[in-house]
Amino acid sequence: MERLRWVQQCCRQLLAGDSRRGWYSDGLPTSSLLNTHSPRGRVCGKQRTVFPRNGRHQQDYERVSRNYKSNAISTTKYTFLTFIPMNLFEQFHRAANLYFLFLTLLNWVPVVEAFQKEITMIPLLLVLIIIAIKDALEDFRRYLFDKKVNNNVVRVFCGTQKSYVDQCWKNVQVGDFVHLSCNEIIPADMLLLYSSDPHGVCYIETANLDGETNLKQRQVVSDFPLQGEEFTPESFHSRIECENPNNDLSRFRGYMEHSNGVRVGLHSGNLLLRSCTIRNTETVVGIVVYAGHETKAMMNNSGPRYKRSKLEKHLNTDILWCVVLLFVMCLTAAIGHGLWMNSFKESIFQVDTETPPALAGFYIFWTMVIVLQVLIPISLYVSIEIVKLGQIYFIHNDLSLYNKQLDSRIQCRALNITEDLGQIQYLFSDKTGTLTENKMVFRRCSIFGVEYPHEENARRLEVYESENTETAVCSVTLKSGYSGKSLSCRSLSCNRSSVSLHTLTAEPMEEDQLSGHVQPRTGAFCSRMAKEVVPDPALGRKLNWLTNHSSSETPSSMELTYITDFFLALAICNSVVVSSPNQPRHVIPEERTPLKSLEEVKLMFQRFSFSPFSALSPSQIKGSPHSLKSRLFIRGKRGSLTLSTPVSNTTDVSSSSQENDSKPDLSAREEEEQDVEDQETEDDLKDTQTNPDEARQSMQDLTKQVEEITDELVYEAESPDEAALVHAARAYRCTLRGRSAESLLVDLPGIGSLAIQLLHILPFDSNRKRMSVVVRHPLTGQVVVFTKGADSVIMDLAESPTDQTEVYSHIKEKTQKHLDAYAREGLRTLCIAKKVLKEDEYDLWLKAHMLAESSIENREELLLESAQRLETNLTLLGSHCSSDLNHSISELKYQHLKRMRVFSGTTGIVDRLQEEVPETIAALQRAGIKVWVLTGDKQETAINIAYACKLLCASDKLLTANCGSKDACAALFEDLILEVQGGESLTALTGNGESMSSSFILVIDGRTLGWALEDELRSNFLELSRRCKAVICCRSTPLQKSQVVQLIRDHLGVMTLAVGDGANDVSMIQVADVGIGISGQEGMQAVMSSDFAISRFKHLSKLLLVHGHWCYSRLANMIQYFIYKNVMYVNLLFWYQFFCGFSGSVMTNSWVLILFNLIFTSAPPLIYGILNQDLPADALMELPELYQDAQTSKTFVPYMFWITVLDAFYQSLVCFFVPYFAYAGSDVGVLSFGSPINASALFIILLHQVIESNTLTWIHMVVLVLSCTSYFGFVLLLSGFCVTCSPPVNPLGIELLQMSHSLFYITCVLTTVAALLPRYAHTHTHCRNSCTGSVFPLGALYNSLIIKSFTLTTPGDANVVITDTAIH
Amino acid sequence: MMASSYNAKEEDGHHSGASSGTGLSKNKKPDNTAFKQQRLPAWQPILTAGSVLPAFFVIGLIFIPIGIGLYVTSNNIKEFEIDYTGVSSDSPCYNCAKNFTWNTTEPCVCTVNFTLLQPFESNVFMYYGLSNFYQNHRRYVKSRDDRQLNGDLSALTDPSKECEPYRKSGDVSIAPCGAIANSLFNDTLVLYYVDSNNSKIEVPLVKKGIAWWTDKHVKFRNPAGNSNLTLAFRDTAKPVNWAKPVYELDPSDPDNNGFINEDFIVWMRTAALPTFRKLYRIIQKKSGTTPTLPNGNYMLNITYNYPVLSFDGRKRMILSTISWMGGKNPFLGIAYITVGSICFFLGVVLLIIHHKYDNRNTSADIPS
Repeated sequence: MERLRWVQQCCRQLLAGDSRRGWYSDGLPTSSLLNTHSPRGRVCGKQRTVFPRNGRHQQDYERVSRNYKSNAISTTKYTFLTFIPMNLFEQFHRAANLYFLFLTLLNWVPVVEAFQKEITMIPLLLVLIIIAIKDALEDFRRYLFDKKVNNNVVRVFCGTQKSYVDQCWKNVQVGDFVHLSCNEIIPADMLLLYSSDPHGVCYIETANLDGETNLKQRQVVSDFPLQGEEFTPESFHSRIECENPNNDLSRFRGYMEHSNGVRVGLHSGNLLLRSCTIRNTETVVGIVVYAGHETKAMMNNSGPRYKRSKLEKHLNTDILWCVVLLFVMCLTAAIGHGLWMNSFKESIFQVDTETPPALAGFYIFWTMVIVLQVLIPISLYVSIEIVKLGQIYFIHNDLSLYNKQLDSRIQCRALNITEDLGQIQYLFSDKTGTLTENKMVFRRCSIFGVEYPHEENARRLEVYESENTETAVCSVTLKSGYSGKSLSCRSLSCNRSSVSLHTLTAEPMEEDQLSGHVQPRTGAFCSRMAKEVVPDPALGRKLNWLTNHSSSETPSSMELTYITDFFLALAICNSVVVSSPNQPRHVIPEERTPLKSLEEVKLMFQRFSFSPFSALSPSQIKGSPHSLKSRLFIRGKRGSLTLSTPVSNTTDVSSSSQENDSKPDLSAREEEEQDVEDQETEDDLKDTQTNPDEARQSMQDLTKQVEEITDELVYEAESPDEAALVHAARAYRCTLRGRSAESLLVDLPGIGSLAIQLLHILPFDSNRKRMSVVVRHPLTGQVVVFTKGADSVIMDLAESPTDQTEVYSHIKEKTQKHLDAYAREGLRTLCIAKKVLKEDEYDLWLKAHMLAESSIENREELLLESAQRLETNLTLLGSHCSSDLNHSISELKYQHLKRMRVFSGTTGIVDRLQEEVPETIAALQRAGIKVWVLTGDKQETAINIAYACKLLCASDKLLTANCGSKDACAALFEDLILEVQGGESLTALTGNGESMSSSFILVIDGRTLGWALEDELRSNFLELSRRCKAVICCRSTPLQKSQVVQLIRDHLGVMTLAVGDGANDVSMIQVADVGIGISGQEGMQAVMSSDFAISRFKHLSKLLLVHGHWCYSRLANMIQYFIYKNVMYVNLLFWYQFFCGFSGSVMTNSWVLILFNLIFTSAPPLIYGILNQDLPADALMELPELYQDAQTSKTFVPYMFWITVLDAFYQSLVCFFVPYFAYAGSDVGVLSFGSPINASALFIILLHQVIESNTLTWIHMVVLVLSCTSYFGFVLLLSGFCVTCSPPVNPLGIELLQMSHSLFYITCVLTTVAALLPRYAHTHTHCRNSCTGSVFPLGALYNSLIIKSFTLTTPGDANVVITDTAIH
Repeated sequence: MMASSYNAKEEDGHHSGASSGTGLSKNKKPDNTAFKQQRLPAWQPILTAGSVLPAFFVIGLIFIPIGIGLYVTSNNIKEFEIDYTGVSSDSPCYNCAKNFTWNTTEPCVCTVNFTLLQPFESNVFMYYGLSNFYQNHRRYVKSRDDRQLNGDLSALTDPSKECEPYRKSGDVSIAPCGAIANSLFNDTLVLYYVDSNNSKIEVPLVKKGIAWWTDKHVKFRNPAGNSNLTLAFRDTAKPVNWAKPVYELDPSDPDNNGFINEDFIVWMRTAALPTFRKLYRIIQKKSGTTPTLPNGNYMLNITYNYPVLSFDGRKRMILSTISWMGGKNPFLGIAYITVGSICFFLGVVLLIIHHKYDNRNTSADIPS
């Protein structure tokens, strides 16, 4: 797409012959097509120029901003005036409506006119009005909402008054300066120009936008000269160039040109997005760049999704058959009329005078189209939508799909595919967060090739789990309030603590129950379980050595280095935001920093002799006086806890300060002693310190103490892994205390608080599968890159260093072994690596990186490239240093850069299964749904999880497909297919249930999957996977996930369902027939793109097995009933044609005729479609096999359609001819003859429904009675008062007289009984045969079924039996 | 379309905190009511043997007696029917039928003799019957103006377009307009009883009370404002086929003249089927035990005005008594008996299957 646009753009440029005119030239309005190419010629896309609206650039401003939208929004589709024409226009896009419009018009042609002109309009009008009313209500609601939003007040800078004045949102313009306070909502997309935070940082909560609840950091435009001081809009003279509005939330590119010509690059980190909330920052000022509908929030605002369900597609063929039927009937009538006319010598009955029979027949054809129009069910589409609304209402209200912890119900986003839930054949599931909790808990780690099993930790987790089950706290999750609405209203109240609200409500039960804390304090992704990591004794001892040299066991200095680096990396290599629940972060208590004299400071730095103070260039220090300050006071130890940390409150502080008071002298003295020794250690971590008090303490005490001190911290992480690792690091007293844009504050054991200068964060991305931070090491002053990523990436890129090969290959080998072991345990593994950069290399890289950062176009690509460069090439030839784990071939051109990379270690993080996952998967498999697991995880992890969730059982045969090449892959597939076929034929030979148990499971990795998805191997892959019970795809990319789903969906023609929770599942969710998002820990992208959003995996079973089954059977049966009803009723009219010379007469008043289907018999099918339960919910849950019946569309197969039509024919025959014979030859009038026919048709249609219904509640009864009374009320009214109201045939007195005759009742009873007899007998015997029937009450039935399935050895065999007996 | 946004308000995405209120306090937990959780007590109509089998038997047991009753009743009804169209050459009306067209001015009279074998007790209804006459033809049925017939003065002079081509004769509008009125049945039937000494005694035929009460008193009204019908209809023309104008339909009785002439009203109620009968006269039961129509010979005197041969029609005269269930009709009785028997039979068959299945089911469970 992008590329295409680029090409187009280039073509235009060529045509215009104006290739030199860059878009950097001044003041180009947006309208031009030619104004968009960068000097480099690569950058395309339109851009906008924004001038500040502070009164000083009035001319420029007006010239440029004329075409920019204001901030007023209008989400309404119609205005008051355009409603009727536009709504009608939209409605007539539907074929059915057009058809009926055609009929209405046809009725105006005199020769074919069948009814009065008004009457044929009724159905159409009714449908149009219903939908118009609905549309109008919706639009009105939107209008009210818009009005409310538009009239919100915000403070905007006014150029004439030179101050901020209150203005409504709708009056905000592009270029306005907006002043916002904490907890205010951002009215438009704006660039952050000023933040009260000294680092120019501001935090926003994007819950309204994407539902993610962790705070995001935004930064004042870099190098903004006014930073730190009070911002004055008058003095702002810069011009902003940025790209034109688009809907990419994470992308923003542009630059700001100051009046002196200096350009500053802008990126999405500078952009405050509309409808996010300012958090933890006292005041911010920004300049609006996009307003109103051009904001990213609004451009992302797409309504609910529309999908066409399979059933609806099927329905169309049935409707087509109805049309064919109609055509046949009309043709019969036309020919019949022609023949009939032909048989008369003279003009007959003094009406038709001169029309030739053929022409008359032609006319009659069209007349009959009008007369029999009811056959095409216009109201069916409306009814289906009403029914689906009802079904959704019930799904939405299901108590068992409600999650108490999250206080969330199921969210139905796609409203018209409920019945697809009942036909799922393939289920594609993500693993992390879907099958598992996605609540990561640090479990164990391996550093320097030494494994630390953390057995205590494991025990704790077990205890935790058992505690959980005992107390029936099924799950503890964060309140990730995705309902933006409730959030936003809460966030309006400014007086509450600035911490994200979810942290207040998170897991109160757990907290109360376990720790008795009254005030729960957690951050995003930190369950209590994740927070409490019990340190491994061995590792603890080694760490302790740092603080206590007297320890007997002395690890090698290198190992120590590794360990410290490892924990440092854990603590800082992330994007975790630290907040304190008690105090807004924007109040940073710098004033309280205990300042010491400069001399003291210098002295201290001299002690760190390994890292000369002078080595730090002024520019590096310049940006963060704060970090310098903290650097100065790193020796202040715990006293520094109060230094520039958010923790400055309550008892903990006082306790720590008490501690401080107790031993300042002691520690100061010891420091001096210690520091001399430190110089010997040549690696980066030499600063150790002894504290006799601490040394005496046991590990437990230590941990406890640390926790006490740091408990105040709340980590808000983007992913649960990060949170888990940060907490793990904290358990070893390596605590992340605070973060600003340019520095990190970390407590290190034995060192105390360190401010680390943060140079860059190269964020995680799924292509690189890793993230890095570039920091200046606080102790060595070197530029260090910490990389954390998937083991495959890090290990693959690792290369044996040249020098100390043995040692490091040994470490690597051991680590790899540990990695495999972790994976087998089902742990998620992450590797941590480090490397050190030389200054010149860093400078080189930095230059390129800056270039990438400031480029408007392709910024992402360039940044990615830049990141890869940093992460790979620098370590590529790490020859001089032994401790390298280096990277592969990728970018040889950077060979001249030599650096070392230290492989620090690997972590294992446990991710527990969600509750009832094995049961759910078992149920789904019993229901005949093939469950596939598509995960990005390692193969071992995936298999392990698959075992854990009973997707695999011990007897299953595992087919593993890991191929190195495509040819090998092809050969392997052939082999595997043979093997599977062999297994199957074996099964066939033995022929009994036992062999069914050993089924095949295919495990395929991402690379092989890539080949399998190619054209040549595709069919083999399909063949193979079709025969397997389950397929596990590991190491798969998001794209592969969606390709797999698409392949299965398109080539096997089955219904697919994809379920996932993260952004990487979005494509899969969108491709599948039904996409289900799990609103869990990883933001809301999956939910936003899903059709249904649930909060736990276990909800799937109820959703599919019960609601899916019901919705499908209800809808399928309702559609059939609808067709039956129409065919039956229309045939009555058709039979009459044989007795009126095919002249298109009807024996009913036309009002009754039209309203019969539209009103009198319309409500019961709706109720049926919403409320019917063909089987009770518990039966469906306990016998998932029942689900299979809908899967193969048994209820709605073509022959059922024809059976229904035949039954309708029979019933209409009875319904017509019984009255016919009863009244034949008598003096009955046209309408009098129609009266018993209509009445019995009503009874037949209603009772047919009763027979078809499986459950009848009082609602059914009420509706049935209402239907009857409305019909009889209507006809009686008509017959009582309609003297000349319905020309030409007035029904006056007809029903009154008819109903006073006993013959009427005699006929009606006979007709009804005779018509329904076959259906009644059939349904009865049908049920009997299926043994759900009359013999037992249903409860006894399925009890007996359950007994059966237990007595049989395998579920597979039970399938067969139950399919035979229950599903017939 | 209908379903476009059930919970769209939660998803609009731009609710920038505009709502104020109760988000926090309100729990999203669904109500645990029987309705919302779909646990309403329900009756399962067909799933229990207890309700199905008895239903068959009950229907059978009720229908058969009713059928017998209907059959007997229908058999007790006496009905006599005679075709006087005059198709065959030996028919007394052969000549009339052959020569008569709508344009004939001279009335043709013919006489049909018949014999009643059984006496007709109680009131006897005299019908004329027409066959192959499609009074239910769509355009024929419409060809009338109810407002005109209801006495609406404006419709009298300006009838509805539906009446075409019998709306106006020249410039003068036709009253009553339309094809139905134009084709009014105008044979006159007079019934004589021929007693044993061959003298003809005219049977008294009552011509009032044959139309529906609502038709006579509500639906059909003479034009208001003038008691003199001749004057009331002075601006109108007679229908083309009529020999005399509407105000001369029954000059003897002002209450049966004009639009409220009962023969006219009966004709205007179009028949549902191409073979139909319409009530012509009523023969009131005489007091005492003497039958209304004793058995014996009768003579039907027909003034043959109505041509039917052009469309292969037939004309009949029917004499019939009626019962509580209407006229003679053996069909209903037979149908009831048949349906009842089928039900009963089905019930028995199902009962047998049920028993067999029951045994099989219980025995099958144990060994497997």
